[in-house]
Amino acid sequence: MQEMINRAKELLSDGTVNRVLGWRRGDMSYNPEPSYFETAEDLDANFVYNGFCGANLSKYMIEGSKLEGKTLVFLKPCDSYSFNQLIAEHRVDRDKAYIIGVGCMGKLSFEKIKEQGVKGITNITIDDANENITVETLYGEKTLAYKDCMLERCHVCKGKEHQIFDETIGESRDTKDADRFAEVEKIEAMSPEEKFAFFQNELSRCIRCNACRNVCPACSCRKCVFDSTKFDSAQKANVDSFEERMFHIIRAFHVAGRCTDCGECSRVCPQGIPLHLFNRKFIKDIDEFYGEFQAGVDPEAKSPLTSFTFNDVEPGVTGGRR
Amino acid sequence: MQRIGVFVCHCGSNIAATVDVKKVVEMVSHEPGVVHAEDYQYMCSEVGQAKIIEAIREKHLTGLVVCSCSPRMHETTFRKTAERAGLNPYMVEIANIREHCSWIHKNMEEATEKAVILARAAIAKVNLDAPLFPGESRVTKRALVIGGGIAGIQTALDIADAGYEVDIVEKTPSIGGRMSQLDKTFPTLDCSACILTPKMVEASANEKIHLYTYSEVEKVSGFVGDFTVDIRKKARSVDMSKCTGCGVCQEKCPSRKTPSEFNRGLNTRSAIYTPFAQAIPNVPVIDREACIKFKTGKCGLCQKVCQAGAIDYEQKDEIVTEKYGAIVVATGFDTIKLDKYDEYAYSQSKDVITSLELERIMNAAGPTKGHLERLSDGKHPKNMVFIQCVGSRCSDKRGKSYCSKICCMYTAKHAMLIRDKYPDVNVTVFYIDVRTPGKNFDEFYRRAVEDYGVNYIKGQVGKVMPQPNGQLLVQGVDLLDNKQILMEADMVVLATAIEPNADVRRIATMLTASIDTNNFLTEAHAKLRPVESPTAGVFLSGVCQGPKDIPETVAQAGAAAVKAIGLLAKDKLMTNPCTAKSDELLCNGCSQCANVCPYGAISYETKLINDHGIREDRRVAVVNSALCQGCGACTVTCPSGAMDLQGFANRQILAEVDAICR
Repeated sequence: MQEMINRAKELLSDGTVNRVLGWRRGDMSYNPEPSYFETAEDLDANFVYNGFCGANLSKYMIEGSKLEGKTLVFLKPCDSYSFNQLIAEHRVDRDKAYIIGVGCMGKLSFEKIKEQGVKGITNITIDDANENITVETLYGEKTLAYKDCMLERCHVCKGKEHQIFDETIGESRDTKDADRFAEVEKIEAMSPEEKFAFFQNELSRCIRCNACRNVCPACSCRKCVFDSTKFDSAQKANVDSFEERMFHIIRAFHVAGRCTDCGECSRVCPQGIPLHLFNRKFIKDIDEFYGEFQAGVDPEAKSPLTSFTFNDVEPGVTGGRR
Repeated sequence: MQRIGVFVCHCGSNIAATVDVKKVVEMVSHEPGVVHAEDYQYMCSEVGQAKIIEAIREKHLTGLVVCSCSPRMHETTFRKTAERAGLNPYMVEIANIREHCSWIHKNMEEATEKAVILARAAIAKVNLDAPLFPGESRVTKRALVIGGGIAGIQTALDIADAGYEVDIVEKTPSIGGRMSQLDKTFPTLDCSACILTPKMVEASANEKIHLYTYSEVEKVSGFVGDFTVDIRKKARSVDMSKCTGCGVCQEKCPSRKTPSEFNRGLNTRSAIYTPFAQAIPNVPVIDREACIKFKTGKCGLCQKVCQAGAIDYEQKDEIVTEKYGAIVVATGFDTIKLDKYDEYAYSQSKDVITSLELERIMNAAGPTKGHLERLSDGKHPKNMVFIQCVGSRCSDKRGKSYCSKICCMYTAKHAMLIRDKYPDVNVTVFYIDVRTPGKNFDEFYRRAVEDYGVNYIKGQVGKVMPQPNGQLLVQGVDLLDNKQILMEADMVVLATAIEPNADVRRIATMLTASIDTNNFLTEAHAKLRPVESPTAGVFLSGVCQGPKDIPETVAQAGAAAVKAIGLLAKDKLMTNPCTAKSDELLCNGCSQCANVCPYGAISYETKLINDHGIREDRRVAVVNSALCQGCGACTVTCPSGAMDLQGFANRQILAEVDAICR
């Protein structure tokens, strides 16, 4: 972390960048938040980078691209996919960003910690080796294994290679220990009734706070269809559960082929809905239909859903998937 | 709010017999915006149209719903009616209560309910309609014909005769197509080459016609009147301007093992070759797969013997880009592969052949110099069996469901020619039905049976079994005598089904022309527009549209030419105003719409946008309405809903759905 602060101060002082986009110490030790830093003093006092810095900063560069001069942005390996995808969609300006790829030891989930029966949390500290975390609670201290507290997305990590950067800082650790599509396959194996019941149950908790949409780097429309008065879908009252289902399904369709599977939607959901499952189902289908495709690897690559080849499957014609 | 008039057509009894039209009128008259509703026997008649005009004028209608047949039939009619009464023609919506309703339902109550629902949807759409105005686009006075068989040649000759430039793109080294492979033609038995060669010469000599042989269409963009086409001229390895066509290179070429495409693989050809003697152009090509020079670098014999110095091993494929106003598809056919019909032993015996192979055997320029002989041992056959409908009229998935149409006649021709030339040969034909409609066709077939003693047996062959002595044992059934037949044959000829040329899918995709499940190109209307593709500016000539014999092909080729000429004769075309439009305030500039646009109609501009007081430079999509064909691919791709289709706006479609689900 100190290396990142030092380098940021250098780049600020030599005029390479006008500001730094990073993570700011939050109210609690476990909730740092995305923020701009414009002075060395602010960086020293408030910049933080640790296991709780899950937030993907790439989307903030849409606004960052409109600001005067360059912005130094720290991107974790998985964030760099999102940044590339935003370049592909002309939503960020590559020339306005100075990208430092930062290492990642896997990111932590506050929910996962609570799930382990820890109550009354007052503070959380992470050991230097990122092996254990110490949770201070009203009822005493508790030590948990770092690995057991990681976000779901880190267990299916796409790899610790940065897809785009000007320089890199810090070490990474391989955290992948699960199959990315295992959960999707489990749902695919369900009967239609079971699937319906599963999603009905999950989505019934939605409070339409829009956090998933607001954090999603693929949901970068200037005006979301759910906010625009031009469409009848705009901010309809939640008359029935159908509405939430449609919101999430429409959102999944809108980001299909563009979603990098960064997992931010599920991380920010205050209701713990596994929203990434929708997107991952699309990714799996796209992989099966059109060959493996990972959005955000190459900003020049054509997305399978917006390009045509003579070998494309035609499920409607053949009456089957292949 | 619109003032809508609803007009319900009886279509004689077509609609009225199944739909209670009076009830439809009564039900829709209470719909929001409807100020007038009436029914009439034939809305498309002059009287019916006069009723519409009168209602527009008297009730000051701003929109119309006509509940009638498919918009493909009469949308244009009623748009013109509206225009005559001073209404914008795009304020008319058709509720299809015939094809979508009366014709497919039997129960009147249900059909009436559905008719009302369809009318409601159309009313909901008209409520959101806005006047639209067509633009203009220019017409390039040049036609492209894809395929240089008899269909393509005839179309090109007719277009050139009307004074327009026309290019033929033919993928093989010579024009001529299937017809050049035939020996004689029914029902008059003229020599095929004798009647085709003059046409080929005429096409090559006509200064309005330009031939691209050994070339393929690579890319098509643009739209009716203004297509841009990339043509790949494959490297001939022979300089066309220098070659004299002397043929020495072919004689000297040491690589002689490639199966001759022209002779259906019955004999071989050299690596440098012209497919047949009358080929046009009479310039050989080097088959680089077969050429020793290209394979090993050693040889170069053709270059040494060529007096004209025409051989050019360095020649490369060349892409020519040309503009056209009209495109005629004349890609023709091939016979189906017989690997799924192994009961006829085609793969097991050289003496089981297809009819097209027999054409080559019968032809003086063919592999046997025109002598009828068995390919296995060169012996003269005594007994020949013809099997009809091999792969045609097939109910299982092995073959084609359709009748290939030409087989009955060419088999009668083959049988007659053989009996005429070799009276000692017994000819037996197994058939399901003999189908010989056409001028002088049935007389022709009767002659084969009555004058030439061809033995026709109604029934199918179950199996052909090659015997150790080289004979073929044919096991069939005689349905009229109700008995099994087991007969020996020296040769068996299979009337193999025809199918559209394999390239047609690729070409149809490039042209966005639709094809049916059998890969035949679809007509704009099966009866009334049989030579036009549903894609404007694309016309159909010959077997690419459906099985045809030569007279029919030539007739259709002429018809396609007339349609193309009719288009080329125009200086300007009205463009369809139902095009996409982007809302600059909603556009993200993400380029997804441009990625999916098949017409290249979308580009991007950086513009100063005033978004409710926020002024900033934004990258936004701009639609070129002359290029846009209104397919709507962009509207469904656009994540923010900025892209919308005029006349088919998202809101209108949702309003229709809402009206249907109400």
